Amino acid sequence: MAQTIKFTIDGVECTAKKGQYIVDAATENHIYIPTLCNIPGVKPRGSCRICSVRVNGRMMTACTTPVSEGMEIENKDPDIEDIRKAIIELMFTEGNHFCPSCEKSGNCELQALAYRYQMLAPRFKFMFPKRRLEATHPKLIKDHNRCILCKRCIRAIKDEEGHSLFAFARRGHNVEIIIDTKYSKNMTDEQAREAADICPVGAILVKERAYTDPIGKRKYDKQPIGSDIENL
Amino acid sequence: MSKPIVATTSLAGCFGCHMSFLDIDERILDLIELVEFNKSPINDIKKFTKMCDIGLIEGGCCNDENVHILKDFRAHCKILVSVGECAIMGGLPALRNSFSLKECLDEAYLNGPSVVANNEEGVIPNDEELPILLDKVYPCHEVVRIDYHLPGCPPSADLIFDALYALVTNQPLKLPYEVVKFD
Repeated sequence: MAQTIKFTIDGVECTAKKGQYIVDAATENHIYIPTLCNIPGVKPRGSCRICSVRVNGRMMTACTTPVSEGMEIENKDPDIEDIRKAIIELMFTEGNHFCPSCEKSGNCELQALAYRYQMLAPRFKFMFPKRRLEATHPKLIKDHNRCILCKRCIRAIKDEEGHSLFAFARRGHNVEIIIDTKYSKNMTDEQAREAADICPVGAILVKERAYTDPIGKRKYDKQPIGSDIENL
Repeated sequence: MSKPIVATTSLAGCFGCHMSFLDIDERILDLIELVEFNKSPINDIKKFTKMCDIGLIEGGCCNDENVHILKDFRAHCKILVSVGECAIMGGLPALRNSFSLKECLDEAYLNGPSVVANNEEGVIPNDEELPILLDKVYPCHEVVRIDYHLPGCPPSADLIFDALYALVTNQPLKLPYEVVKFD
């Protein structure tokens, strides 16, 4: 049996199995730490930094840091919350996120975080970058305007032999998601839906699906993201 | 004591935010008791006749006329509120920000599939009466100082009414989760 250890989050005593990542341990203790690039059960990457917490006085990403005995974690500190809000605002200004014209609106995790942190207007200037909209793949549309480069599609969508169907192309600020034409040739409808659903924003969309849920019935219309963890 | 004075305008917007404002239904009767309207499309007053307390801005800035009106609002209103996605982040008009102005005009007047037959001489409208388009569409707070932001496309009638009510009665504004949305 895995060793049980004790630690605190904002002074609240919590228990976890040794080796668990902070974010998973927090979830089991009904404490929400916001995540965006993280997928439960898939090796974490720590690319979006939204899960930043203060561990024994130092900022760490909760999705990549394992808990240890006696760890003191600060999560709801106003400074940390403001850093997270700033990260959300950076993402909104760095890409082109026109929520009213996006199929993912209401089910989008980036938007849901902006709601949770009550972003009324970002503090940064909008960059309005020139990005592509690609519809060459038979089943998927890629809207690079919305991509936040979290790599969730690369890490989660694989074929039977473990090849990723998605990859990064180019470097630096030109980096973008591409679909591997060879491995994605036999992509099933189910895999296409999975890819669109694993995308936290509306960067990967299934062709001919469009809007599915009416306003008021979408995932984050009534309940803030994370409330399912807090109210367990 | 005289009533607080409210002014409203629609810049590069679709008037949807004003429509949503009118969706306050019978509460408009309460509002009329509370405030006086100055320059606004609601009463069709075209020019400021006095200093106002609150200015509600719908739409961002896509041309020099928008900038002129917005600066006029800043000069005449003690508090300016950006209402809706277009005022806050450019909104739908800002979809053109990924293209150069020339590309947009060429598509609209020269290369678009529906315009070729009517524009054989290849004229792009340039009458001096027309407002000059800006290089891109700007959110209002990148042009003048904006005091408050009410997101939504459009912001719900409840959000607009509650915000206005809180401002004129000097009460803190509550923002329930369901009310603040970007679409």
